[in-house]
Amino acid sequence: MYKILDKKSLNNDVDLMVIDAPLVAKNALPGHFVILRVDEEGERIPLTIAALEENHVTIIYQKMGQATQQLGFLDVGDTIEDFVGPLGQAAHLKDKKHVVGVAGGVGAAPLLPQLKSYHQQGTHTTLILGGRTKDHVILKDHYDFVDRLIVATDDGSEGIHGRVTDALAPLLRDDQSIDHVIAIGPVLMMEAVRDLAVDHHKSIDVSLNPIMIDGTGMCGNCRVTLGDQVKFACIDGPDFPGEAVDFKELHARQNYYKKEEHACLVGVKTHD
Amino acid sequence: MRTEDAQTRNQNFLEVALGYSYDEAIAEAKRCIDCKTPKCVMHCPVNVNIPLFIKQLLEGALEQSFETIYKDNILPSICGRVCPQESQCEGACILGIKHQPVAIGALERFVGDYGREHGLVKPTPKPKTSFKAAIVGSGPAGLACAAALVAQGVEVTIYEALHKFGGVLQYGIPDFRLPKDIVESEVLALKAQGVTFVKNAVIGKSITIDQLFEMGYQSIFIGSGAGLPTGMRIPGENLNGVYFANEFLTRVNLMRARAIPTSITPVKLGPTVAVVGGGNVAMDAARTAKRLGAKRVLIIYRRDETSLPARLDEIHHAKDEGIAFHLLRNPVELIGENHEIKRVKVEIMTLGEPDDSGRRRPVGTNTYETFEIDTLIMAIGQKPNPILKDNTANLNTASWGGILTDERHQTSIPHVYAGGDVVSGAATVILAMGTGKEAAQFMLEDMRQQNQAA
Ligand SMILES: Cc1cc2nc3c(=O)[nH]c(=O)nc-3n(C[C@H](O)[C@H](O)[C@H](O)COP(=O)(O)OP(=O)(O)OC[C@H]3O[C@@H](n4cnc5c(N)ncnc54)[C@H](O)[C@@H]3O)c2cc1C
Ligand SMILES: Cc1cc2nc3c(=O)[nH]c(=O)nc-3n(C[C@H](O)[C@H](O)[C@H](O)COP(=O)(O)OP(=O)(O)OC[C@H]3O[C@@H](n4cnc5c(N)ncnc54)[C@H](O)[C@@H]3O)c2cc1C
Ligand code: SF4
Ligand code: SF4
Ligand code: FES
Repeated sequence: MYKILDKKSLNNDVDLMVIDAPLVAKNALPGHFVILRVDEEGERIPLTIAALEENHVTIIYQKMGQATQQLGFLDVGDTIEDFVGPLGQAAHLKDKKHVVGVAGGVGAAPLLPQLKSYHQQGTHTTLILGGRTKDHVILKDHYDFVDRLIVATDDGSEGIHGRVTDALAPLLRDDQSIDHVIAIGPVLMMEAVRDLAVDHHKSIDVSLNPIMIDGTGMCGNCRVTLGDQVKFACIDGPDFPGEAVDFKELHARQNYYKKEEHACLVGVKTHD
Repeated sequence: MRTEDAQTRNQNFLEVALGYSYDEAIAEAKRCIDCKTPKCVMHCPVNVNIPLFIKQLLEGALEQSFETIYKDNILPSICGRVCPQESQCEGACILGIKHQPVAIGALERFVGDYGREHGLVKPTPKPKTSFKAAIVGSGPAGLACAAALVAQGVEVTIYEALHKFGGVLQYGIPDFRLPKDIVESEVLALKAQGVTFVKNAVIGKSITIDQLFEMGYQSIFIGSGAGLPTGMRIPGENLNGVYFANEFLTRVNLMRARAIPTSITPVKLGPTVAVVGGGNVAMDAARTAKRLGAKRVLIIYRRDETSLPARLDEIHHAKDEGIAFHLLRNPVELIGENHEIKRVKVEIMTLGEPDDSGRRRPVGTNTYETFEIDTLIMAIGQKPNPILKDNTANLNTASWGGILTDERHQTSIPHVYAGGDVVSGAATVILAMGTGKEAAQFMLEDMRQQNQAA
């Protein structure tokens, strides 16, 4: 059992939680994730470790479906049944001069520890935070370390009126000091950012979020394709160089269970 | 042994083989002629004293009978159910030459269940030692190692990556072959004897091997299994509707994907399901698919019937339940539409010269056949999980990923031992158990030496 030590609402859909989990915290590094199960009947879901302190692990989650909503019902003092980690490969920091981090929605959470590490190694950092409305732009105050912050909202309620790529394109065109891009967010966003970075000959890292079960390399559900190679995101990733990622496949695989998850249907579903 | 009716059972997850009543067990036990040099014992990987336990059963001394088996095999209820008896004990039984061999597995199961139900595995109050050992993985190898160590008064902790204990017994083998309450009761029995179980601990990640030593463990056993699935390396493997057997079985067994409506992990399956492979994993996947409501389930296997590596019983049960076997067929391409599997193209094979395994090698004929399907499950092989290897410097492994050990089951790191599938590659429950138990003796010696030196 893992105790919830703190909980904050970041907006209507996104909460932050601090969990007491010494075994996870012991060896965790930026880029690692956990898998949790709210109760005995719960689904195993992966969440990135957003911050660490002693024995405490911070997670930031968007209430998407059953499991994350269930988590959202819990409060300080409640416990979570299972909380295992640190899983995956720690973020591989590259020797770069100017990194642009691009986060869509809740992607701001997994990006945070990575971009902070770059900042701490002396890299110049620019951040583009995107969201549907200004309420969906989260964690701005946690990013006070970045050298430059640009916000983009779909409805123009804050910052640039448009998508993160609308903010990124002029940057890549005008600022020759940029030598690396990191994109974390919805698959379609990461694909668009990747295409833009490749067009401008910048290296690009992405964080892939296929459906996972065990997170230990046992089920193979999380397989992703990079060029002619198949990787298991839970043990080889979740961060990968973005250039060769097959985002179409990832998108399709992520959505395979969408109907089941959203209608909360369980059990056999024959194709119609 | 009696079984549930095939057309009813293929719609539920109840155990198929019903087990003996007391009278049936006695009648079968009477058939054993108590051989002077029993061949059956030699062919049991852990040399259970078969004629003795059968004799004790006949005499009604069930407690002694249980103890006889338990001495060599701490999981008789499980091995009685899942050992490939036809190629081990029963395959060597002298009666098998002319008639049916003694149903040793069924008898072992009977005695094992009796022992479990009557709590015969009691906490053994051994003088406590000051020794501390850690075990990585709670599959049969880890459980057997723990049992052997705790019986010698060692303080034992099992670290398991998943949220439930038992390894493949828990997430792989389905309920209709091995009800999960049996696995859980074996774990409870070990807890009662003083073994500490820690879930959600991925050794190599949550705690490294070095850190285990820092925590005061003097000896470590690695029984992390061969859990990493391998694909066929043909086009289309990442289409939706294509599963590794591990994912499919894990959804159903570990995550209870069928327990409608209490389970929230789904499993999606179309009306026609193809399973590739011919081993126990393939049979389990096929029979599970049938039980989840698939209308047509086919097994696709590249060799012939006699080469099927699965337990004989399971092959028979699968056929009775309406699984269609397409033998000498090798998938060459998975064809999809909109990222979803629709067809599998297979090459028709014939058998050529024997290969390294002694079985005749399947060779292609350049003729092909296509099946229209909705789901495909790959059950063609597993490798050791790389997490420990990748996070433990100096742990020597073979090119295929298996941990290398010496004749004392010790790895390249002093005081670290290993056994089960992570050393042998995917094998059997009883072999995993056997090495776990054997390693425990060497670990004990090792710890004694360390304490003398100190
Ligand atoms: C390595 C990794 C790190 C992640 N980090 C974060 C994070 O820090 N914060 C955050 O909010 N989300 C994160 N996610 C996504 C998060 O795991 C999913 O949103 C969550 O599992 C959805 O579960 P649900 O039951 O609430 O919703 P569901 O109703 O199950 O699903 C909603 C949608 O989420 C996707 N999804 C479903 N199950 C999974 C699964 N097991 N893994 C991935 N996606 C799934 C599907 O596309 C589905 O359509 C991460 C995913 C991965 C793989
Ligand atoms: C579907 C299926 C059906 C089978 N049917 C039969 C059968 O009928 N008869 C038979 O004899 N054999 C059968 N087998 C094979 C048999 O189950 C295995 O040979 C046996 O379970 C191996 O035991 P093990 O203890 O070595 O490993 P496993 O049973 O694989 O257990 C390893 C455990 O270690 C854990 N682990 C892995 N890495 C770590 C880590 N880093 N830290 C902590 N924990 C870790 C895993 O989560 C797992 O729980 C079957 C296998 C499968 C998959
Ligand atoms: S352990 Fe397996 S091989 Fe040995 S006697 Fe029992 S059933 Fe037969
Ligand atoms: S070989 Fe057969 S008959 Fe002989 S002791 Fe073993 S089980 Fe009994
Ligand atoms: S989540 Fe199961 S192998 Fe990656």
